[in-house]
Amino acid sequence: MNVQETYSALGLSDSEYHRILELLGRAPNFLELSLFSVMWSEHCGYKNSRPLLKRFPNDGPRVLQGPGENAGVVEVGDGWALAFKVESHNHPSAVEPYEGAATGVGGIIRDILAMGARPVALLDSLRFGPLDEERNRYLFREVVRGIGGYGNAVGVPTVGGEVEFSRAYSGNLLVNAMCVGLIRTEDLVRSRATGEGNLVVLLGSKTGRDGIHGATFASDELTEESESKRSNVQVGDPFAEKMLIECCLKLLEEDLLVSLQDLGAAGITSSASEMAAGGGVGIDIEVDRIPRRESGMEPFEAMISESQERMLTVVAPEDAEEVLALAGRYGIGGTVVGRVADHGDLRVIEGGEVVGSVPAEHLADAPTYEREVVRPAYLDEIAKLDLETLPEPDDYNEVLLKMLAHPNLRSRRSIYGQYDHEVGTNTVVRPGADAAVMRIKGTKRGFAMTTDGRGRHCYLDPRGGGAATVAEAYRNLSCVGAEPVALTNCLNFGNPEKREGYYQLAECIEGMSEACEAFGVPVVSGNVSLYNETARGSIYPTPVVGMVGVLEDASRHATPAFKREGDKVVVLGGKMRPTDESPLAGSDYLEIMHGKVAGVPPKTGLTAEKRASDLVRDMIRSGLIDTAHDLSGGGNLVALAEMAMAGGIGFEYDELEVERTNKSGRALEILLGEDGADFLIAFREERWDEVQSALSGFAYDDIGYTGGERFRVEGLVDLSLDELRDAHERDLFGIPGEAVGGSEAVG
Amino acid sequence: MRIGVTVFPGSNCDRDALHAVELMGAEPVELWHADADLKGSDAVIVPGGFSYGDYLRPGAIARFARVMGPLEDFARDGGPVLGVCNGFQVLCEAHLLPGALLQNTHMRFACDRVRVRVETKETPWTSGCENGEELTLPIAHNEGNYFADPETLARLEDEGRVVLRYLENPNGSANDIAGVCNEGRNVVGVMPHPERVSDPALGSDEGLKILRSVLAEATV
Repeated sequence: MNVQETYSALGLSDSEYHRILELLGRAPNFLELSLFSVMWSEHCGYKNSRPLLKRFPNDGPRVLQGPGENAGVVEVGDGWALAFKVESHNHPSAVEPYEGAATGVGGIIRDILAMGARPVALLDSLRFGPLDEERNRYLFREVVRGIGGYGNAVGVPTVGGEVEFSRAYSGNLLVNAMCVGLIRTEDLVRSRATGEGNLVVLLGSKTGRDGIHGATFASDELTEESESKRSNVQVGDPFAEKMLIECCLKLLEEDLLVSLQDLGAAGITSSASEMAAGGGVGIDIEVDRIPRRESGMEPFEAMISESQERMLTVVAPEDAEEVLALAGRYGIGGTVVGRVADHGDLRVIEGGEVVGSVPAEHLADAPTYEREVVRPAYLDEIAKLDLETLPEPDDYNEVLLKMLAHPNLRSRRSIYGQYDHEVGTNTVVRPGADAAVMRIKGTKRGFAMTTDGRGRHCYLDPRGGGAATVAEAYRNLSCVGAEPVALTNCLNFGNPEKREGYYQLAECIEGMSEACEAFGVPVVSGNVSLYNETARGSIYPTPVVGMVGVLEDASRHATPAFKREGDKVVVLGGKMRPTDESPLAGSDYLEIMHGKVAGVPPKTGLTAEKRASDLVRDMIRSGLIDTAHDLSGGGNLVALAEMAMAGGIGFEYDELEVERTNKSGRALEILLGEDGADFLIAFREERWDEVQSALSGFAYDDIGYTGGERFRVEGLVDLSLDELRDAHERDLFGIPGEAVGGSEAVG
Repeated sequence: MRIGVTVFPGSNCDRDALHAVELMGAEPVELWHADADLKGSDAVIVPGGFSYGDYLRPGAIARFARVMGPLEDFARDGGPVLGVCNGFQVLCEAHLLPGALLQNTHMRFACDRVRVRVETKETPWTSGCENGEELTLPIAHNEGNYFADPETLARLEDEGRVVLRYLENPNGSANDIAGVCNEGRNVVGVMPHPERVSDPALGSDEGLKILRSVLAEATV
């Protein structure tokens, strides 16, 4: 293989190779080239996204750590802080779904651990192709098993997440895992290496050949040949991770570590060079001291292996013995593999000889590419949609049952029932609500978390969809009574080297940033997954937002479930949107009942969104309401049915005031349209006066009362709760050939 | 009263159990797997989790841990021992309880709330309940499907040693069994997690009815 073939095979371009020549002032050897190839991959180096990511606002009064560390950190109060981040494991999961998903969970846990925080919650955003394809059913089943298999065993509860099915993800699924950790503000750990002569200690599992070039693999399109890259997928061992967590937390508690860093993509190379670059020092790695799982490994393999369940630490020489003894107590490996040096390089030493040496700052400084943002033609095509001619359904009962049973709206119980969501005994609001709520032991405080993504919306309108994604997370947290504080994101997109992919990326980031600014919610960490394309095309542009919020009193929260018979139900917020847009454009109704993905969904009115969300939160905090739900897929009708089923209490919709409340003059838009900034709340009737005064200045409509065993909209819908449940609570894993409302279920 | 909680590598409900012991008004004592010492515990909880990663079989490796020596002696001398979830599996593997826990018949991990009936109050861990009392308790397991041969099942039923029974069977357990005790009635194993519902802040403290029962032993 000649030089050009070699660097091309490693995923480096001609110009990148020439830049390496310039930086080093000489030709790199194969080991050094490997280091550059993994560190300059999109996955590690953010080549295509870094210039765009600068747009995100990062500052806020509660931010203790913004982007650039292993995870973002925000202050909660009472001396506590939350470390959190979401990360993708899409490509590995597409090839080997169980291990790909499992190690995605393991990896994000270590990012949180690296901040010194105890991991206390997991969430997952998943996307698959429709379940009518056997391959998609297999991927879905195995990904969920992998998440459960790892998360359950490692003892971190999986408290939330979301999933959607669409043809756009056939062949290119998405697995985004988010972890949240809890830490005392004074105990925050940074990853920068300091102190010449300090020792570099590798903790955890032995190093094998698994995941060689995983970061490079994750930065390329998936092809038929990807199957042959199965060996690029790591294998997880949650038991080893559990012991690694306990050991690292103990080492920190005993104040034995100078710094701590996880080993993820690009293995020791990434961790050591980031630690060195962060501290402005160099690191010597004696590569032959790295404990191996297999023989005959080359130095470059040991340096870039992505073997799981490992952490890299910097330790003062006098503490080394104690550190290694503690590792032994927890039954995990602990080995001195190098030292901090004053030369600024990442040096690889084998048998006492330097076999590779690269300035750490160059590895951490991948080249960036800015491209022209050009609006793709497809946007004009899909915007064409005549909703005036869309007929009203003949039978709303049938429509509602079919929508409730659709995999995108069906109960997620058969998924989260496979995840331990209570271990740790902190889970106050369990999965199934708009957001999960956890308490902080020893305080009244709590925090809430949600992950949200709106791929279809972002496809139809990248900027509007980006804003709506952030708005949805903001609404979800507000609905449980939490004050949104900050967010992390995972940007899942297609190939940025193509016009369409780059436009979607740039526009989604713009929309998200506008919403972040309007809401005062900064971005404190994130991850980018590009090249999500196969021969079948690109995925929907799918930025996933993981947002956290704070509850000053965790007992003052709300859930969607109806609580009592006779509660008054009010819808609020929706009519503040610009009225010339149809709430059916880009809706679930349009996709599920008419097979159409078209139209531009109503723009998110950011000011109105914030006002309405803040109002709902205030009413929950003051104890005025304890039942709230935001409208999303399936509109009013699906949201109300969900509230009824969750509470086991029926609902009676008063006569629809079609003329007064809706420009279309049709029940269809009111019942199944999807607007931002819409909420449903329920409360004891005797509080109606107080609620009314809280609502003054807002658009709202009191729509009916809870009670009984039936779900009714006068003249349109009349179903028993059992009929709703029979449709909604079906097993998502039993789908092949299942009958839904008398017809075949098709995703 | 001092209540010990064993900590095996891979236990993950140990901290929850220690916290619940505090909430029930007793003194929690951590019992490290490698130390053959119960540290003067008056009762012992073997908590849930994935001891030794559940490798080989849930509980199969933990039963050989050093702490199990004195724990077995303590159990044979009539000391109150409660195994929860993985702890139940460990006690079965150690032959302190009869039967075994197989994989759930639906082949999936099951995390849910279930209704159970207290079948006997004649154990140190249910004495605070009433016979026939119904409780709502969390489950979270992959291997909770209780199995024993027909003779053993008949004996358990005849001798009133089924402690908890599911109202709706979530895992395929024989006779809907959610918990059993040994012949001496001092060792109890249950699949549901009473420690997870021992704090009103989380919406329910029904589990304390089980855990607090053992406090009555302190006066004996």
